[in-house]
Amino acid sequence: MSQSTDATLAPGAAGAEAVDPERRRLLVATCIAGGAASGAVAWPFLASMQPSDRARALGAPVEADISALEPGQQMIVEWQGKPVWIVRRTKEMLATLTQDTAQLADPNSKRSEQPTAAQNEYRSLKPEYLVVVGICTHLGCSPTARFAPNDPSMGPNWPGGFLCPCHGSKFDLAGRVFANMPAPDNLPVPNYKYLSDTKLLIGDETKGA
Amino acid sequence: MANTSTTPPVRQHWAHQLLDWVDARFPLTPLWESQWGKYIAPKNMNFWYIFGSLSALVLALQIVTGIFLTMNYKPDALLAFASVEYIMREVPWGWLIRYMHSTGASAFFIVVYLHMFRGLLYGSYRKPRELTWIFGCLIFLSLMAEAFFGYQLPWGQMSFWGAQVIVNLFAAIPVIGPDLAIWIRGDYVIGDATLNRFFAFHVIAIPLVLIGLVVAHLMALHETGSNNPDGIEIKKQPKDPHTGLPLDGIYAHPYYSVKDVFGVAVFLLVFSIIMFFAPEMGGYFLEYNNFIPADPLKTPPHIAPVWYFTPYYSIQRATTTDLLYVLAAGVVVLVAFYWREIPRGLWRKLTLAVAAVLLVGFYFIEAKVWGVVLMGASVLFFFLMPWLDRAPVKSIRYKGPLYKTALAIFVVAFLVLGWLGTEAPTPAYTRLAQVGTLLYFGFFILMPWYSKADSHKPVPSRVTK
Repeated sequence: MSQSTDATLAPGAAGAEAVDPERRRLLVATCIAGGAASGAVAWPFLASMQPSDRARALGAPVEADISALEPGQQMIVEWQGKPVWIVRRTKEMLATLTQDTAQLADPNSKRSEQPTAAQNEYRSLKPEYLVVVGICTHLGCSPTARFAPNDPSMGPNWPGGFLCPCHGSKFDLAGRVFANMPAPDNLPVPNYKYLSDTKLLIGDETKGA
Repeated sequence: MANTSTTPPVRQHWAHQLLDWVDARFPLTPLWESQWGKYIAPKNMNFWYIFGSLSALVLALQIVTGIFLTMNYKPDALLAFASVEYIMREVPWGWLIRYMHSTGASAFFIVVYLHMFRGLLYGSYRKPRELTWIFGCLIFLSLMAEAFFGYQLPWGQMSFWGAQVIVNLFAAIPVIGPDLAIWIRGDYVIGDATLNRFFAFHVIAIPLVLIGLVVAHLMALHETGSNNPDGIEIKKQPKDPHTGLPLDGIYAHPYYSVKDVFGVAVFLLVFSIIMFFAPEMGGYFLEYNNFIPADPLKTPPHIAPVWYFTPYYSIQRATTTDLLYVLAAGVVVLVAFYWREIPRGLWRKLTLAVAAVLLVGFYFIEAKVWGVVLMGASVLFFFLMPWLDRAPVKSIRYKGPLYKTALAIFVVAFLVLGWLGTEAPTPAYTRLAQVGTLLYFGFFILMPWYSKADSHKPVPSRVTK
């Protein structure tokens, strides 16, 4: 480019150590442009790891037939790859929910996830049927049913509920977490509605395919 | 090659001619001589020094068996479990290759843990070997990632729920966590997309990183020279007047080659006994629940990671709200304790800022996030060893009772945490794990104090036996 070219090329020649500011500027500009281009090329690769269109489309709601569910029984349906529990609670089970709410971390479900119509002491649309996503809010294990009250393995005054096998979080029969457990929040209640007295639609119709 | 000159021709063996031909084009002989053939190692390296070469052996074993397993394995959520059973039952010798690989995974951690323990014994992390140590810590981190991704591939119950728990750890990070977890999974739940990408990480991405780090680890080691049980720099000791080589050094080849070959023979004997007679190792090497296909709707009643992750899992599990109060008190006490040691100005301000962030964080951010932070910190603290240890001597042979006690407590805490990680949590076990967690971190955090306050024996001028 300029006449200083030969001087910088020849080792030992006069001025070989001198920095040519014009060339240095070009070098810096090339590095910046090259770096920016490499960074931009990383984006498609990182973005390719997001959920695919197919995975996004699989959020469709599912129907559940609850006609065979007896009082005190639990059934599990799969929605978006997650277990959704439907528990038909007996009168005794419902009575435990109002007894001793001081032991619960979030008794009124203020910071927990549920549709507003289910933000009540039963955390459900109809008190008899509990519908919750059976995924612990701690690290995502699926708790197991411990419905029997005063189960000796569950500690004193156990009202009946659920126990997470991974880290020992305990939930009551409305999926509300007990205080001082690893899980911070109550089990989430999905959007759902009654298609008839014995048929539920779980999931939001407005989302997904 | 007829030679008609008067001096008798020196005819080289054809193999030497070939070597000369290669050396003129590629530095094969210099590479061999600098890395092993003419490498000078201290003459007093003992039993603890075989685990480095054994780790390299297991790495090679895992790569070779892994290549052959990929020939029949299917990284598909619907086919993966059955393809592993196919390898076990129908592929000729498939059971052997798979058991070699699964036993190799546990063997890898055994030799690496012993190799790291050797470093703690003899101060191998001290100046000038800081980078060798840091490359080693990065190898350990990569190895953990490699083992985690590999464990998902059989797609059994433990694969699935282990992945569920670990990926959800990332979801605990405030603000970006939930989106980060979805990005890692490639789906809203652990599924086919997750299995497929974990396969890619396990068979190509992490192994490439591992091999690169192993090369860097060895190059850094052979640059500074090996440490030894006395922690004496043989390069600084008297040299042979004729050869100019350190008097306390011997050639790695053939002396340590022979020793390593013997170590390999003993190792392979033990390895074969486990592989042929107890590949499940009572549910520790291959967990029983992983013989049940993954079921996203049902968590097994008792889940625990494989044995080599259980100390870290225990630390994460022990981090409850109660422990945060203790940690907060610990931060205050530590800052007060070290205050006089911290240089005035920027460092003191920085210390106060970090302490303030931690205290505010303990109060406002939920315990499960801190569980993840502590689990990460429990590995990252190893990186800081070269700067935490202030003892004037390297080797435990010349260190005083404080370091010996601290190391013993650390080893016991590590083992107890490991055992607790395999057990179901109970209130008493959680307390024990919390004590273990504090002792684990105490080893590192109090080291600048006790390593300096300790009494030390004089280091001899030459290596002992």
